[in-house]
Amino acid sequence: MAKVVAITSGKGGVGKTTTAAAFAAGLALRGHKTVVIDFDVGLRNLDLVMGCERRVVFDFINVINGDANLNQALIKDKRNDNLYIFPTSQTRDKDALKREGVERVLEELKQQFDFIICDSPAGIEHGAVTALYFADAAIIVTNPEVSSVRDSDRIIGILASRSRRAERNEPPVETNLLLTRYDPARVAKGEMLTVEDVQEILSVPLLGVIPESESVLRASNTGTPVAFDEDSPAGRAYLDAVARLLGEQREMRFVQPERRGFFRVLFGRA
Amino acid sequence: MAGNLVQGALFTVMVVRAGMLRDAAFEEELQQQVGRSPRFFLNAPVVLDLKDSEGFTTEEAFLDAGEALRRHTLALVGVQNALPEQISAAAAAGLAVFAPNSTQPSRRAAQAAAAPVAAAPAAMTQSARPPARLVTEPVRSGTQIYARGTDLIVTAAVSAGAELVADGHIHVYGALRGRALAGAGGDVEARIFCSRLEAELVSIAGRYLVSEQLPPEQRGSAVHIALVDDQLTVTKN
Repeated sequence: MAKVVAITSGKGGVGKTTTAAAFAAGLALRGHKTVVIDFDVGLRNLDLVMGCERRVVFDFINVINGDANLNQALIKDKRNDNLYIFPTSQTRDKDALKREGVERVLEELKQQFDFIICDSPAGIEHGAVTALYFADAAIIVTNPEVSSVRDSDRIIGILASRSRRAERNEPPVETNLLLTRYDPARVAKGEMLTVEDVQEILSVPLLGVIPESESVLRASNTGTPVAFDEDSPAGRAYLDAVARLLGEQREMRFVQPERRGFFRVLFGRA
Repeated sequence: MAGNLVQGALFTVMVVRAGMLRDAAFEEELQQQVGRSPRFFLNAPVVLDLKDSEGFTTEEAFLDAGEALRRHTLALVGVQNALPEQISAAAAAGLAVFAPNSTQPSRRAAQAAAAPVAAAPAAMTQSARPPARLVTEPVRSGTQIYARGTDLIVTAAVSAGAELVADGHIHVYGALRGRALAGAGGDVEARIFCSRLEAELVSIAGRYLVSEQLPPEQRGSAVHIALVDDQLTVTKN
């Protein structure tokens, strides 16, 4: 049974698209046929992060409007056969996301895929609500700072009240927390909220903690999902989180400040 | 058992001022209002408020009024603020007489064209208080919960940016980080209880304290908050 997973946060700039790309890549690496959809109509970014921006011909809105069929719009990833990217339109706006059209496209995708990852736009307006409306599971991307936590809290409330599962009185959307841009050294200095603080406030299960890492920016700029970079702490943290989403137990890594070894001190941070 | 033959119950009834019924513009407005939510108004009970109204001293006058409301799917069930001769005419037309009360149509009610007003004797309201409203899930930022005419019990945390409103007491078995307004209907006896006080604002019967006015030594503690001599008083449990 295909699973629709919404990546959402309320606040912008916390790492939703990076997370959507990393989860899609991680699930594909684990052998699950996965598609990642960009719901951020008008502010298309997922294609860049996935490195397929020069291959976009038709998009999500074309398919919703019936101007193209699914297979014309889906872009197959060149690195992994299980991974497909479904880009959105850069010229339209969120109003083009008609609920019936989105539902029809998702139903069609469910026939072909194991996981459908929905990369939500920021905010709590039509675009964001449409991205989470059909979700079976949601990953709440949160940075360890107060405004991000409050916006996440708001979006968890919307998931619980305005998703299709809520409207139909079905079992609630399985909601998980992913803490990104976590810098244990700054947490130790009291400049960032701790994992425990954030969990205390949001009280939803923790799927993973992604450390602040230069590899994330590098991955975005080169169009490689960070989960493909197994040498980077962020890449490994994402793969752990994917494993937890699949029901495995993994120890939380990267939550303690890194000890700087002798050579690191000598040569600066690698 | 004889004791069960007569039971008290509390209903929400719309009140229509008799004077308005003669105004042609009112009919049109009522039509629109009913058109917007037809199911809400279908066979809804209406009490005719006779305050400052001339006439309505014959049975026919009330039958006509009932007929006029019937056209808009409303059911006239009684009158209030009636003079003695109006009472007998209303009774002849088969209408109940509700005790006069001080319900002033508020501005908001006038906008809504029909204000739901509890038109029952005051003595009945206490015995028929609805059961407390129970919330077991965390109350998230941006959510508002109103326990109308009763107490509100929350067995989880209340986030910053969430709002609890109750006409009775508010109990929070968790951290209270949002706002809590007890005694919203003016009940000065209402209290707020919480197992961890981190609120943005607490209020009882309109008196309020914002977070920086809360005693810092009470923050994070289990407390109860009450009105004592018109002052909000926070006491550690």
